[in-house]
Amino acid sequence: MTLSADALWNIVAAILTLAIFSYLYKDNPIYKFAEYLFVGIGAGYWFCVEWHNVLVPNLFNKLIAGDLLLLIPLALGLLLFTRFMGKISWLSRWAMGLMVGTFSGLAVIGFLQSELIAQIQANLLSVNTGSMGTNVNNAILILGLIASLVYFFFSTEHKGAVGGAARVGIWFLMISFGASYGFTVMARISLLIGRLMFLIEDLPRSLGVGG
Amino acid sequence: MSLATRLEKLDRRYLFLVILLAVLLPLLNPLGLPIEPTPKVIGLHKAIEALPEGSVVYFATDWDPSAAPELVPMAQATLRHLFRRNMKVICGTTWPTAGPLAENVLREIGDECGKTYGEDYVNLGFKEGREVVMVSIATDIANAYPVDYHGKPTTSYPIMADVKDFQDVALLLNISGGYPGTKEWLQQVQRRFGMKMGTCTTAVSEPEYVPNFQSGQLVGLVGGLAGAAEYERLIDTPGTATRGMDAQSLGHLAIIALIIVSNVAFLLRKRSGKSGPP
Repeated sequence: MTLSADALWNIVAAILTLAIFSYLYKDNPIYKFAEYLFVGIGAGYWFCVEWHNVLVPNLFNKLIAGDLLLLIPLALGLLLFTRFMGKISWLSRWAMGLMVGTFSGLAVIGFLQSELIAQIQANLLSVNTGSMGTNVNNAILILGLIASLVYFFFSTEHKGAVGGAARVGIWFLMISFGASYGFTVMARISLLIGRLMFLIEDLPRSLGVGG
Repeated sequence: MSLATRLEKLDRRYLFLVILLAVLLPLLNPLGLPIEPTPKVIGLHKAIEALPEGSVVYFATDWDPSAAPELVPMAQATLRHLFRRNMKVICGTTWPTAGPLAENVLREIGDECGKTYGEDYVNLGFKEGREVVMVSIATDIANAYPVDYHGKPTTSYPIMADVKDFQDVALLLNISGGYPGTKEWLQQVQRRFGMKMGTCTTAVSEPEYVPNFQSGQLVGLVGGLAGAAEYERLIDTPGTATRGMDAQSLGHLAIIALIIVSNVAFLLRKRSGKSGPP
């Protein structure tokens, strides 16, 4: 019987999957081997992709073609490595400053447009829509929003009406944390399902048994 | 030793075994539990149905292998729908590991639906730059991606003949595994360029985007394996997600049962006045 390349790689994947699962019994050298292998391959893959997809086409090829303006980002990129050079490590801050400034500028504008303004608009809701269900939903949403905001308002002591609203806010926050936890559990179970499907369906199919 | 203390001291490996059995058994013997599409998933389906045939869809696949069990079924289901409706699909990614993953899904579903690379769909591959490159793609796709995933000039493909920027794109569909992903497309592109946008994301990320769906910024939101199964139901093509839903449901039931049992044990021990296990 000859095995195809796909089948061979699937066998390797299955062995590594079981090696990772073995941690559930207890920490062991097989698990450690699979873990280190994953980290090493991940770093190598990342470097190759960045080299071939970013540095070569966006920098080296264009520099060779005569685009000398690219010497500026090249110099800034090299400055980042001065972090390892004691006395001149402060030079890396120039490149970091440029990156932080650019990304902050983009993020602030995007956040204001997409999150702050859009979400404020979305919460200007009527509680007199003609549909009892929608009215109740909207009222709960408005109550939850205001109560949660009050909880994060620290300029006044949480006593009396403010304290009561903050306690209601905590309840809303707890319910949202519970929902997030539920979704997280769902995601983790999905990952387990994915691996088990690979072991009991894809692997046998690639080996020409079952499926 | 009381039952409560014994339960609290139970070796956690028994719990792993319970979860494993709860997930594995339904995969071996499917139960066929019902799947009902929710408004978030129906929203994306309706948005695609409403597009005229031949519309251009930008398929932003921002994910890696760790999210594949959840996102591959979504990518497959939505692509099937797009190809059946004869949409033109331009795929790109801001994640280094997503290029080959997207290529596999595009080839598989493209072949299944009789679509031709370069005419009906194209994979532009990975581009570094995160938020910056998102804006760059929206303003000039070919400038952001001079060559596609296979290294050929992007403008050499027929699909790109009438597509310059996001003004020529009818829908932005993001398959999102985290950062950069849906949040960044919303912040940098959706509102700024007035794009119709839908997203398929992991269950972990879904709650984060529900407000964006409720505000109308997203036309649809497909979350986790459950969302993928709902989409498969809507296009009437059961796939990986549908097969996994019984296991998902029983896995959840097992976890709920374990939470109840452990809390009962905790309360019983507390009532007896004894201290907890070391």
